[in-house]
Amino acid sequence: MTSDNVVHDEPDVRPDLASVAQQARWQVIKTVTGAKAGHIGGPLSMMDLLVTLYFEELRVDPSDPRDPNRDRFVLSKGHAAVGLYSVLALRGFLPLDELATFDKGDSRLQGHPDVTRLPGLDSSTGSLGQGLSAGVGMALGAKLGQKDFHTWVMLGDGEIQEGMVWEAVQVAARYKLANLTAIVDRNGLQQFGLPSSPETTPTDRGDRRDPWFGVDLAAVFQAFGWRVVEIDGHDYQQIRSAYKLARSGDYEKRPTVIIAHTAKGKGLSLAEGAYAWHSIVPTAEDFERARQELDPDELDMLDNYPTPQTGALS
Amino acid sequence: MKAMRDVWGEKLVELGARDGRTVVLDGDLGNSTKVDKFAKAYPERFFQMGIAEQNLVGAAAGLASVGYVPWTSSFTVFFTHRAIDPIRMLVAQSHANVKIVGSYSGLLIGAVGKTHLDVQDLAIMRAMPDMTVLSPVDEAELVAMMDWAQAYDGPVYLRIVRDGVPDVFDSSYAFTVGAVHRIRHGADVALVSTGPQSARVLAAADQLGAHGVAAAVVHVPCLKPLDEDALRDSLAGHDLVVTVEEHSVLGGLGGLVAEVLTAKGAAPRIERIGINDTWGESAGNDFMLTKHGLAPELISQRVLGVLSSRVAS
Repeated sequence: MTSDNVVHDEPDVRPDLASVAQQARWQVIKTVTGAKAGHIGGPLSMMDLLVTLYFEELRVDPSDPRDPNRDRFVLSKGHAAVGLYSVLALRGFLPLDELATFDKGDSRLQGHPDVTRLPGLDSSTGSLGQGLSAGVGMALGAKLGQKDFHTWVMLGDGEIQEGMVWEAVQVAARYKLANLTAIVDRNGLQQFGLPSSPETTPTDRGDRRDPWFGVDLAAVFQAFGWRVVEIDGHDYQQIRSAYKLARSGDYEKRPTVIIAHTAKGKGLSLAEGAYAWHSIVPTAEDFERARQELDPDELDMLDNYPTPQTGALS
Repeated sequence: MKAMRDVWGEKLVELGARDGRTVVLDGDLGNSTKVDKFAKAYPERFFQMGIAEQNLVGAAAGLASVGYVPWTSSFTVFFTHRAIDPIRMLVAQSHANVKIVGSYSGLLIGAVGKTHLDVQDLAIMRAMPDMTVLSPVDEAELVAMMDWAQAYDGPVYLRIVRDGVPDVFDSSYAFTVGAVHRIRHGADVALVSTGPQSARVLAAADQLGAHGVAAAVVHVPCLKPLDEDALRDSLAGHDLVVTVEEHSVLGGLGGLVAEVLTAKGAAPRIERIGINDTWGESAGNDFMLTKHGLAPELISQRVLGVLSSRVAS
């Protein structure tokens, strides 16, 4: 290898991503607290993955959310909708102050994503285990129409207990959908699950058992014919590299799954690794603690700064 | 008399030729349902999804979202029971442009037993907001409905049968969403039916005529959306309405007619013939039609019985 070919490592963390993710996490806490409903643990665990996707990787244009050649993104773990809405707002798909309508009647921001209401969504989701199938159809359509957009599907590690996911996994490999990437938010917790035990403690996060305890998930996907990339889902450099690899395709034409190890409730010490924060409305005291933790100066500035109303209205 | 599944398979090929957006997704039954004709003609637009109907429906929704017109094919029961949640969320709630075609609907699907018989599909699909529910009587109506569905941007459930069915309409038939068809006039009783059962009801009306009873026959090919005023108008003046369907008497055509006729004005007596809240079984067509009272002579006998009991009281 000549010196010309040496690839210099980029900085480990691009400050803008970390800052956007922090803002998005704050919007989640604020929105759920305001709506007195919603989910926190899952939106926070996937946030670094989502922010990197929307701010660096996804070929989408907030001013033209229906562009037929755009990348497609499906939030299969639809209960994390408030996390997606926060990122879409920060990315300019909707006005930031519209987040206050979350979960309210007539809002475009339903408790789970509703494709008939909000431009920028590519599929309705919420009943778990269905998003990868929709993604398979989008990727099949891209191949058939010789379009080069890429389809990305975010799944929860609890969600992939659903059998329909494995139907989609088979078809994606059979049809060689290298233009399809599944991201598994591997936070190791689900809503309730089972308590941990002496047997599970070594790998468990907190007091509940990993939904896939004792299962080598990477080996399972590999056996089904997928290319597997396993990363730290909070390390921007690893996320970025995984996305670039996924988009670049595969000489064996395998679909890619990124198994991203994350912490449920990441970024909020109260919530991190605590299954009870899957779906919870923070108390006034917890809300204030969250504000302190997520850098109050910056958040105050964000809250008091008039944000441009750039949202694409339907 | 061509088998309805052959009509469907051949019409799909024509839609494929006419419109490059046409794609077909099969649940490993293509050589039964006859979508193998499309697979042969347009292999690149035929997707074998295997024995996995939930994903089949979900992938169809994905294909629709990127501009294709997916026609999904399996036995009725595997859509309306196995894959009903993706049909609900990804197709109906999403107003996806997916055409769900249940082949082998009703009772006459060969000796396969209760596991493969679907006597609830109309009730289930009728209760699904945003879904159009179609049940053609013959070749001309099926072909017209497929032309309509190809052009309509939204979810459609189309219920077809395996075997050949007698012609009720000719090739000049034009399909209109929600319309009802009075295919025979008669003042003494009104018989209402849907799908190929309408042809057996016409035969029953002939038999009633021989007994001096003039029976009107109303065919309802589109259970949803329905022109409810048109249905009421077509049955106006009748004090006895008999619904006949190859389906449970709960929630299908009989339920629909009862809902519509009791919503406005004085309601007639409504007699519902169909599967009486029970399951099917392995049996030949004649056995099935006899057991469930759907053969023409059993329909006419039942109508005569109701009429005589009313005269007596």
